[in-house]
Amino acid sequence: MNRLAVELPGLSLKNPIMPASGCFGFGREYAQFYDLSVLGAIMIKATTKEPRFGNPTPRVAETPGGMLNAIGLQNPGLDKMLEEELPWLEQFDVPIIANIAGSTVEEYVEVAEAISKAPNVHALELNISCPNVKKGGIAFGTVPDVAAELTRLVKEVSAVPVYVKLSPNVTDIVAMAKAIEQAGADGLTMINTLVGMRIDVKTGRPILANGTGGLSGPAVKPIAIRMIYEVSQAVSIPIIGMGGIQTAEDVLEFFYAGASAVAVGTANFVDPFVCPTIIADLPALLDELGIDRISECIGRSWKTGAHAVHCRA
Amino acid sequence: MIGRERMTVASQRLIAERTYELTLSGRLVQEMRQPGQFVHVKAAASADPLLRRPLSLCHIDHKQGQCTIIYRQEGKGTALLTQKQPGDTVDVLGPLGNGFPLEAAPAGGRALLVGGGIGVPPLYELAKQLAKRGVKVVSVLGFQTKAAVFYEEEFAAFGKTYVATDDGSHGACGRVTDVIEARSLEFDVLYACGPKPMLRALAERFPNRPVYLSLEERMGCGVGACFACVCHVPGSETAYKKVCSDGPVFRAGEVVL
Repeated sequence: MNRLAVELPGLSLKNPIMPASGCFGFGREYAQFYDLSVLGAIMIKATTKEPRFGNPTPRVAETPGGMLNAIGLQNPGLDKMLEEELPWLEQFDVPIIANIAGSTVEEYVEVAEAISKAPNVHALELNISCPNVKKGGIAFGTVPDVAAELTRLVKEVSAVPVYVKLSPNVTDIVAMAKAIEQAGADGLTMINTLVGMRIDVKTGRPILANGTGGLSGPAVKPIAIRMIYEVSQAVSIPIIGMGGIQTAEDVLEFFYAGASAVAVGTANFVDPFVCPTIIADLPALLDELGIDRISECIGRSWKTGAHAVHCRA
Repeated sequence: MIGRERMTVASQRLIAERTYELTLSGRLVQEMRQPGQFVHVKAAASADPLLRRPLSLCHIDHKQGQCTIIYRQEGKGTALLTQKQPGDTVDVLGPLGNGFPLEAAPAGGRALLVGGGIGVPPLYELAKQLAKRGVKVVSVLGFQTKAAVFYEEEFAAFGKTYVATDDGSHGACGRVTDVIEARSLEFDVLYACGPKPMLRALAERFPNRPVYLSLEERMGCGVGACFACVCHVPGSETAYKKVCSDGPVFRAGEVVL
C-alpha cells in the first residue's frame, strides 16, 4: 500500500506533492538538486502562445513571511515548450500539469489544444488568476460568467482534464468555484497570489517596477486554508491546494481543509530541497497522527462524522 | 556542484561603515572555484525575512576550508547576519552563478579591476587568482566616503591600487572613471563590479574592448527558476539572460544595462 498515493482526474499520483507553477521553471534548475521522479507531479511555468519577456525589474520584493512577485508570465512560448521543455521532462517518471495563460480567449484555446496533446501532459491548469499582466490573466478570473465560458471552451478542445486556478482576489470565491464546476472543469487549484504592494521608504515609490505584485509564502496560508475549506464544501470536484506550504504539517492542514493534493511554491526558492523533504517527512507524521492513508484526511475539518484525529504520542 | 550546507562562522568583523567581513567554514568551500560566483544565504531561522540573500564570494581558501564574504548591512536579513558569532551556523546555498573568466587575461598581460562600493569584494578573489597566473593587476576602487573604504591594503598586495571617494575624503576625489582617465590606465582586459551607472559608464567608455561586468539584481531563488532577475539581450524584445544563473558576470554588450 502506498499511503501517500492520491487519485484525481487524469492524475494517479504516487504522492500528493508537486511544485507550483511559476516556482519551478520547467524543472531544469531543480534537476541539479534531486531526481524529479520523486515528485507527485510538476506544474510547469505558464505557457502563452508567443514568447513573453514579462515585466521590468525589480520583479520581487519581500514582506514579513512572504514575497511579492510581478514576473509577468515570462516564458519561451508554445512552440519552444512543445519542442524543448516538455520532451526534456519526459526523462522523468512524473506527470506534468501544464499551466496555460493568454491575453484572449482564442489564445487560451489554441495553447490548451496544442499542449494537452503532449505525451507527458496529464492535465491542464487554466491560469485565469495571474495578477501581473495587463491583458488576460486575472481579467478572466474575477467574473464568474467570463471564467465559466473560458473553462467551457478550453474543455471542448483539451485532450486531458482541465483544472482551473482560482484567484483569491474576489469577494465570493465560492460563487466563482461553482460557476467553473458547472462549466465542466475537472478540478480546481487554489489559491493564486494576492495582489499587494510595497513602497520604498527612501524613494517613496513602489519597490516593484510593476507597482503591484502577487503575495505568496507562509503569510497567505491562512487565507488559502479558509478558501479551500469553503470551496471544498460547495463543489464536488477535487482541489489541488497551494499557498505558503513549507512543511509536512502544512500539507496535512491543506488536506484537512479539503485539498486532495497540494502544490509547493515560494518555499522552493528558500530551500530547493523542500519538495523531497516534505515527501520524506510525511510518513512519520501520518504515523504520529495514526493516519493510514493521506487520502483519508481530505476535508476532515468539516466532514460530519469524521473521526477526530488522535495523537498516539 | 551546488550544495546546501549549514556552514560554521569562523569569524566576523566590522571592516568599514556598516560593512562586515564574515568567514565561514564547511565542505562547500571545496566546490567554490571561480571569482565572481556567489552564495545564497538564509539569515533567519524563521520565515522573516523569507528569502535568501545573494552575497559574493570575496576570498576562497581551500586549504583552510574557509570562504569569506563581505556584505553591507542594509535590511532585516543582513542585520540578522551581523549578529552571527564564531561557532554559529549559517544556511548557505552555493556556489551559484558564473564568475569572471580568468582566461580572458593573457599571462603577462594587464588586467584592470574596477570596483564600486559593495561591488568591490568579488574582485579580491579575482585579483588573487589573476596574480597567481602571472597577470599584472591594477585595481581602482570607488567608495562614497572614507568611512566606507575597505580592503585597500589587501588589494595593494596584488598590484597598484587606486582609491577614489565621491567626496574626496580618501584617495582621489571623484569616480573610478576619473581615476582611469587621470592615470591613463591601460589594460588587456577589464573586470568590474559595482552600481549599474558605473558599469554602464565603463561599457560606454571602452566599447569593443574585453570588458566583463558583474551585475546585481533583486533575486528570488538564485538558481534560475523564478525569473526575478532577468535582463534584456540587445536587439530582441523577448530574449533574456538571468543574472543569477547566466551571470552574474557578463561580457559588456551581452546584456542591456
